[in-house]
Amino acid sequence: MSTRNDKQDVETTGHSWDGIEEFNNPLPRWWVWIFYATIVWGIWYTIAYPAWPGLKEATAGYLGFSTRERVANEIATVDAANAEMVAALESVDLTTIADNADMNSFATKMGAAVFKSNCSQCHGSGAAGAVGYPNLLDDDWLWGGRIEEIAFTVTHGIRNEQSMSTRGYGGVMPAFADSLSHEDIDSVVNYVLQISGQEADAALATAGETVFLDNCVACHGEDAKGSLATTRSFEDPADLIADGEMLGAPNLTDAIWLYGGSADALTATITNGRGNVMPAWSEEFRGTSGLTQAEINAVAAYVHQLGGGQ
Amino acid sequence: MGILDKHKVLEKNATLLLIGSLAVVTVGGIVEIAPLFYLENTIEDVEGMRPYSPLELAGREIYIREGCYVCHSQMIRPMRDEYERYGHYSLAAESQYDHPFQWGSKRTGPDLARVGGRYSNEWHVDHLVNPQSVVPESVMPKYSFLMNRPLESTYIGDLMSTHALVGVPYTEEMLESAQADFAVQVNPDGDWDGLLERYPNAVVANFDGQPELTEMDALIAYLQMLGTLVDFSTFTPDESR
Repeated sequence: MSTRNDKQDVETTGHSWDGIEEFNNPLPRWWVWIFYATIVWGIWYTIAYPAWPGLKEATAGYLGFSTRERVANEIATVDAANAEMVAALESVDLTTIADNADMNSFATKMGAAVFKSNCSQCHGSGAAGAVGYPNLLDDDWLWGGRIEEIAFTVTHGIRNEQSMSTRGYGGVMPAFADSLSHEDIDSVVNYVLQISGQEADAALATAGETVFLDNCVACHGEDAKGSLATTRSFEDPADLIADGEMLGAPNLTDAIWLYGGSADALTATITNGRGNVMPAWSEEFRGTSGLTQAEINAVAAYVHQLGGGQ
Repeated sequence: MGILDKHKVLEKNATLLLIGSLAVVTVGGIVEIAPLFYLENTIEDVEGMRPYSPLELAGREIYIREGCYVCHSQMIRPMRDEYERYGHYSLAAESQYDHPFQWGSKRTGPDLARVGGRYSNEWHVDHLVNPQSVVPESVMPKYSFLMNRPLESTYIGDLMSTHALVGVPYTEEMLESAQADFAVQVNPDGDWDGLLERYPNAVVANFDGQPELTEMDALIAYLQMLGTLVDFSTFTPDESR
C-alpha cells in the first residue's frame, strides 16, 4: 500500500489508533503568518483603544477614542451643517415658508423626521389618525388648520395644563349623563344622525332639535357646524388663538367623526363626554425631550402641506 | 519541545483537563469582568436615580413576565440616529437598580429606554389593548387582558426586600410604607406627598381609567417613568468612555 508517507518524509504525531497514524504536516505558511499578524494587531489594538483595567480606570488608549466623543462630534457636525437653515427656520414667518423653495424643502424634510419620531404613534405614520386621534390629511380642523395654528397646537398641545392656560379654556366635551335623561340623549343622537345625513328616527330627531338648541349650541353653534366655522372671519391669526373664540367643537353636519358617528358612538360621547389630551411638545414644557422652535416650525410646515392645511 | 510534549497528560485525564480549562477561563474572567466592579468610570454617579416605586416595580415584573424585552430593547446606543429618534444615549447608572437589566438584544418594536412621558396614559391603554388601533402597521400582540386582572399588593414588600438584598437601596421607611405607596400611586385624590418624597418624579394617576387597580395600571406606571429620572441638563459625560 502506497501512502504519502512513503514519498514525502513527514513526521507523524506519534498517536496511533488501531494502526492508523496521524501526520504532523506543518500548517500552510500563509495561514501561520496571518495568525501571527492577528496577534500583533491584537496587541496594538489594546494599546490604541481603551482596554486594560488599572486600579481606578481602564487605559484610555493612545488614539484617545471615545464613543461618547464620537457621537457628540457627529451631532455637532450635522448641527453645524444645518445651523444656517435651522436659524432661519427658527425665526421664519411661517406663512412665507411655502414661497421659498430651499426653505420649504428643508422644513418639510426636517418636519417629516420630527413627525415620524414624535407624532406618528398617535396620528399614524401617514398622518391619517385613528379613532380618538385626529386625521391630519383632511380639511376638518378643530383647532385651526392654518400653519400658525398648527404650530401653536404643537407647542401647547390640546386640553392639557399648558393649552388651557394659554388658550384660556379647555374645550372638553362634558358628560351629559347627569343632566340629560336617557330619552333626551336618545333624541339628540337621532337629531345629530339626521343633520349628518344618516338614517334617523324623524320623530325623535324633531324632539332632539330642542335638546340640541338647549344644550349643544354654545360650542357646536346653532347650525351645528362647529366652533371653527364661526371664528373664521378673524383675519389676524394672533387674535384667533388668544381670544378664546376657538372651542375645538367639531362640525356635526359632515361625515367626519373623531370618535365615530354611529348611534352607539354618539350615545357614548354624549353620555360620558370626550376630552382626549394632546401633550405640549415645546422644550419650554418638556425640557430636553421637547421640540425646539425650529423643529416645531418644521413639523407645522410638514403637516400643513400634507393636504389639509388652510 | 519540553513542556509542549506533556499535553498528552492533560488530554488523557479528563478531570485534569477540566481543572486546567477552569483556570484559563478564570484568568479571562478576572481580566474582563472583575474590573467592572471596582473601576470608577464603569457606573457614573448621576443625579436623580432612585429605586423603583412599589407600583413601578410591580409593573416591571409584568413587563418581564410578558416578555416585552424579547421585542423591545431599553438601551439607546451612542449613535446619532438613535439620539435623533430616542434621545440621549443610555447610561449604566440608569439601569443600576435593575435586577435583571432589561437592555434586550433585539428591536422588533422600538426602544423603550426613554418612553416615559412621551405618550399619554390614555394612549398607552389604547395601544396595549389593541396596538393596531393606533399603529395599524404594528405586529405587537394585544394585551387587553391586563385590564381585567386586578393586582394585589400582598407580596410587594417581599419583592422589595429581595431587591434590597441584592443591593437596591430601599430604606426601612420605604419597605414599611410599601403597601400604602403601592395603592396611592393610582389615586390622584389620595395623599401621595409621602410617595413623591420617597420616589421623586413618580407619576401619580389612574393610569387605566378604571376604579380598581389592575396590572395595566402597574405596567403603565412603569413605562411612564422609564428614562425620565436623570436630568441631562446637569449631566457631564465622563470623558474616558
